[in-house]
Amino acid sequence: MAKFIYNPSLEVNDITVTYNNGHTAIYDASFSLSAGTICALVGVNGSGKSTLFKSIMGFVKPVKGSVTLSGMPVLTALKQNIVSYVPQAEDVDWNFPVLVEDVVMMGRFGHMNFMRIPKKKDKLAVRDALEKVGMTEYSRRQIGELSGGQKKRVFLARSIAQEGQIILLDEPFTGVDVQTELAIMKLLKQMRDEGRLMLVATHNLGSIPDFCDHTVMLNRTILDAGKTADVFTPENLEKTFGGVLRHFTLGGDELHDDDDTRSVRVITDDERPLVLYGNKTQKSAAAKKSSTANKPDADAKITTSKAEAK
Amino acid sequence: MDELLLPFQYDYMNKAIFAATFIGAVCAMLSSYLMLKGWSLIGDALSHSIVPGVAAAYMIGAPYVFGAFFSGLLASASMGFIKAKTKLREDAIIGLIFTSFFALGLFMVSLSPTSVNVKNIVLGNILGVSDEDIFQMVLIAGISFFILIFTWKDLMVTFFDESHAKTIGINTKFLTILFFTLLSACTIAALQTVGALLVIGLIVTPGATAYLLCDRFGQLMIVSTLIGSITCFFGAYISFFLDGATGGIIILLQTIVFIIAFIFAPKYGLVAAKRKIKQASELLRKTREGAV
Ligand SMILES: Nc1ncnc2c1ncn2[C@@H]1O[C@H](COP(=O)(O)OP(=O)(O)OP(=O)(O)O)[C@@H](O)[C@H]1O
Ligand SMILES: [Mg+2]
Repeated sequence: MAKFIYNPSLEVNDITVTYNNGHTAIYDASFSLSAGTICALVGVNGSGKSTLFKSIMGFVKPVKGSVTLSGMPVLTALKQNIVSYVPQAEDVDWNFPVLVEDVVMMGRFGHMNFMRIPKKKDKLAVRDALEKVGMTEYSRRQIGELSGGQKKRVFLARSIAQEGQIILLDEPFTGVDVQTELAIMKLLKQMRDEGRLMLVATHNLGSIPDFCDHTVMLNRTILDAGKTADVFTPENLEKTFGGVLRHFTLGGDELHDDDDTRSVRVITDDERPLVLYGNKTQKSAAAKKSSTANKPDADAKITTSKAEAK
Repeated sequence: MDELLLPFQYDYMNKAIFAATFIGAVCAMLSSYLMLKGWSLIGDALSHSIVPGVAAAYMIGAPYVFGAFFSGLLASASMGFIKAKTKLREDAIIGLIFTSFFALGLFMVSLSPTSVNVKNIVLGNILGVSDEDIFQMVLIAGISFFILIFTWKDLMVTFFDESHAKTIGINTKFLTILFFTLLSACTIAALQTVGALLVIGLIVTPGATAYLLCDRFGQLMIVSTLIGSITCFFGAYISFFLDGATGGIIILLQTIVFIIAFIFAPKYGLVAAKRKIKQASELLRKTREGAV
C-alpha cells in the first residue's frame, strides 16, 4: 500500500442526481470505501448503478452532495491519473483506425509526458495487460474487427494497463465467457491485495461472496452498504430486487428423504444463480459452479424445472 | 526539360507553391480527424459561410481574415440558435445556413464585379495572391502545424473515446474548441489556393484516401499529410502552365489518388478484398477436402 502517493479511498456524500428529463436516478446516496477492497454494486436495471459511476467520474453533475476520490475532488483526482473506469457500454467509434494494442496504450497516456511518447515500461505494461485478458494474439487487429466479448476484454486490459488505484468497472462480465471472467476475478483479487480500491457493478450474484469483500445495494438510494458477510443477506436481496429476482425454494423433502427440514434457496438475477442452503451463503457452491464452468446452465435448469413442478 | 523547371525561376511561383504545399499538408492533417468524426459537412458549411465576410472585407478594405472569421462565427451562431429553437435535424440546418450565407456572398460579389480578389476566394487562384496574403497563409499553417504536432495524440483519444480522455485527465472541451479553431483558420487560409467551393476537398479527401490505406491513426495522419502536400505542390506547379485553375487541378489530383487507393489498397481496396475472400474460401475448401 505504501507505493501509492495517495491512499486510495472513495467517498460518496449524500448525492442526488437528476437527469435533464427530470428523472431523479439517485437520491441521498452515501457510502465510503477504503484501500484494498473489492466492492460489489448490485441493483435491478434502472436502479442507478451506471448513473452512480458517471457521477463518481464527474460525467453527470449531482444536483446535491459531493464525491471525493482519495480525498480529492473528481477533476483533481483524474488529473493525477489515479482512476480507471470501464463503462457498461463503450461509446467509441469502432471504425476508428486503431489497433487493439493502440487502444490499450491509451491507458498509459497518463503515465507519459505531454507528447505521449511510450517508453519501454509502457510497452511492457500493454503487453502484460493483453496477456492477462488473453488477447495477445489479437493485439494487431483493428478494434472493430473483434467480437463483443473480445472488445470488452480489450477495454478491461486498458484499465489494467492504466494501473489506477481506484478502479470502477460497470458490469465488466456481461458478454464475457466464464473462463475469462474467472481470470479477471483472480486479477481483481491480486489488485486488491496490492491495496487498490475497486467498485464493480454486477448482476452475477453468485460470484459476489466469492470475490467481493464489500457490497453496496442500490435502488435509487443506498439500501445497505458494508462487508459482504453482513450485507449480502437474503432479506437485503429481497429488499433490493423485490419481485424481480427469480427465486426458488426447494424444501428438504424434495431433496432427500430424511427429516432434515432445511431448504435450498436458489436466487438469481442473471444466468448464475446464488445458492443458499439453510440461510447460509454457499461460497463453495458458487466456486464449485465455476469449476464446472463448461455446462453453466445444467444445474440451474434442474432447479427451474423442479420449482415449476412444485 | 528547361521548360519543366520554368515555374521555379519565378519568385512568386516559388512562394505560391510553398504556401499551397504547406497549407495543403496542414489541412490534410486536420482531415484525418474530420472525416473520422463525420464532420465533413461542418467543414463545407464553414468554408461557404465565410464568403460574405470576405467579400465585405474586400469592399471596405479590411484584412480578409477578419471578415472570414466574423461571418464564420455568425454562421455557427445561427446554426446553434436554430438547432436550439427547432427540432430540425443537423444536416438540414447546415444546408440551410451555408447556402444562405453563400448566396449572400455571391450577391455581394456581383454588386462589385471588378473585385477580382473575391472571385479568387470563391474559385481560388494561388498564383494571383498578394505577398501579404501568402504570409498570412504560411503563418496560419505554421502555427496550426506546430500545435498539431504536440496535441495529435490527445486529439486522437478525445475523438476516439471521450470518456476515457476525461478519465486520464485530458481537457476534452478545450481540445475540441482548439480543433475547431485550427480548422476554421486553416479553411480560411486554404480558400485562396482552391477556393470556397473546393476547400472541402482539402479537408476531407486526403484523410479519406489514407483511411483506405492504413489501420493505425499515426500512419493515417502521415499518409494523409503526404497526399495533401504532394497534390497541392503539383497542383500549384501545373497551374503555372494552365494559368489559374489551381483549385480544380489540386482536387482532381486528390481524386485520382483516391481512386487508385480505392482499387488497389492492400487491406481495404477492391482488389485486396476479392483476393482475401478467394484465399479464405480456398483454405476452407482445402481443409474440408482434408477432413473427408
Ligand atoms: N441520459 C439519461 N437521461 C435521462 N434518464 C436517464 C439517462 N440515463 C439513465 N437514465 C435513467 O436513470 C435511471 C438509472 O439508469 P442507470 O443507467 O443508472 O441504471 P443501471 O442501474 O445502470 O441499470 P442497468 O442494470 O440496466 O445497467 C433509469 O431509470 C434510466 O431510465
Ligand atoms: Mg448500468
